[in-house]
Amino acid sequence: MKSRIHILLVFSLMLLLPALGHGQCKNFAKKVCRLELSPYIHDGNYNAAILTEGEEAELFKTFYAGQEYRMAVCGSESLPKVEFTVMTVDRKVIYSNASNGYASNWTFNVEATQQLIVVVKVPSAASSSDDDELCSGCVSIMFGLKIDA
Amino acid sequence: MDIRPSIYRIALVSMVVASLLSCNAQKGKKQGEHALRVSRDELYADSAMAANMQSLKQIFYSMPSPLETALILKRAGAGYNGSLLNSIDNVSRYTTIRSMALNLGIYSTDLSYASLFDQTQTTISYMAATKKMAEGLGILNAIDEQTIRHLEENVNNRDVIMETIPETFLNTNSILEEDDRVAVGSIILVGGWVEGLYIATSLVADPTKADKEFVCRIIDQKFSIESVIKLLEQNSSNEDVKAVFDDVLEIKQVFDQMQIVTSDIEIIPDSSTNVTTLRAQNTTTVNPTLFAELKRRVATMRTKYTS
Repeated sequence: MKSRIHILLVFSLMLLLPALGHGQCKNFAKKVCRLELSPYIHDGNYNAAILTEGEEAELFKTFYAGQEYRMAVCGSESLPKVEFTVMTVDRKVIYSNASNGYASNWTFNVEATQQLIVVVKVPSAASSSDDDELCSGCVSIMFGLKIDA
Repeated sequence: MDIRPSIYRIALVSMVVASLLSCNAQKGKKQGEHALRVSRDELYADSAMAANMQSLKQIFYSMPSPLETALILKRAGAGYNGSLLNSIDNVSRYTTIRSMALNLGIYSTDLSYASLFDQTQTTISYMAATKKMAEGLGILNAIDEQTIRHLEENVNNRDVIMETIPETFLNTNSILEEDDRVAVGSIILVGGWVEGLYIATSLVADPTKADKEFVCRIIDQKFSIESVIKLLEQNSSNEDVKAVFDDVLEIKQVFDQMQIVTSDIEIIPDSSTNVTTLRAQNTTTVNPTLFAELKRRVATMRTKYTS
């Protein structure tokens, strides 16, 4: 009987923990990262994931001519400073926040419509090799639009 | 001994524990939320797994949101034509997951388009239509009565409208992701994107006489259709996605015949404004016959989705 109870307990937690991770990410994106976009208006899209130290994510997006954008890349406080790089489709680097004091946002406008790639990386923390643990946390990529009055 | 009450009790305790964890997760950074710790031994159980970690890079394909789609239209010089919107009288027709998802996207673009042109009453009516679609999809908390009331009370406050609309999109997208229903989210985005394309192409009677910049923005959707295809491919095991995918391929066939030649990008930072300009030039060739074919296929697809 005990084993059945244990199995049930483990399954209940297994079912609920992913929702916990996503719920955390949603609130982080809404309550923390979105503020980074101000005064630009958030486009409404939700791009967030749980990343572990050393992991990367890539986002492909088309940016339209004449539009001014602010992008914000935010990582949970538990993570090392998140690096992000903006590249052309042929991987030429346009912007790297590592060369700009690890800024969490970047504002730009495009004169011609472009597809760009945003590469986000959670570096390995210097201390993590000592404590033998890798940290995971929410990383969110959000875009703001300049809307004329 | 009947073990069922004990099992129920344990299950109840598990759910309460998990829900308490969820509540704690929302209390802010001070409690160290958003963090999970995994030991290296667990994560890298063997070297093969470590190698796989490198290749399991997460890839996102971000499509223009309904608000961005409407903004692109306005910035390129579109006027407002309310007759192009999908009538809110059609709401009751949409009863399947696919039709509700597509029309949630379609109504979202319509409401963004109306709001950017200060069509306040239409904005509120279309917000109510998106609420019905969202409810039909089981996304009950994305758009609530309070949201509609808030819009009605601030009908002349553009800031509130521009804050509320993207928040409802964000709620919808994040709830779907939370519920592991990303496929439905991708169909909503396709619906919104097709509606933008429909409104844009409908506003052009003759591409040779229309505003060149406006026509170029339409043809620029050739860039976005690649993301549409990739996004749908990521969810291709879903039957509704498969059906939509086939329709998108019909549009892609036309875009494949259109040419955009891109130049290198010159990066021009401006320290006074902190805004970087990406200077480049695209050369787009407009073939009126191809444009007419694009317009026809988009209209067919949109009629299929809204009828």
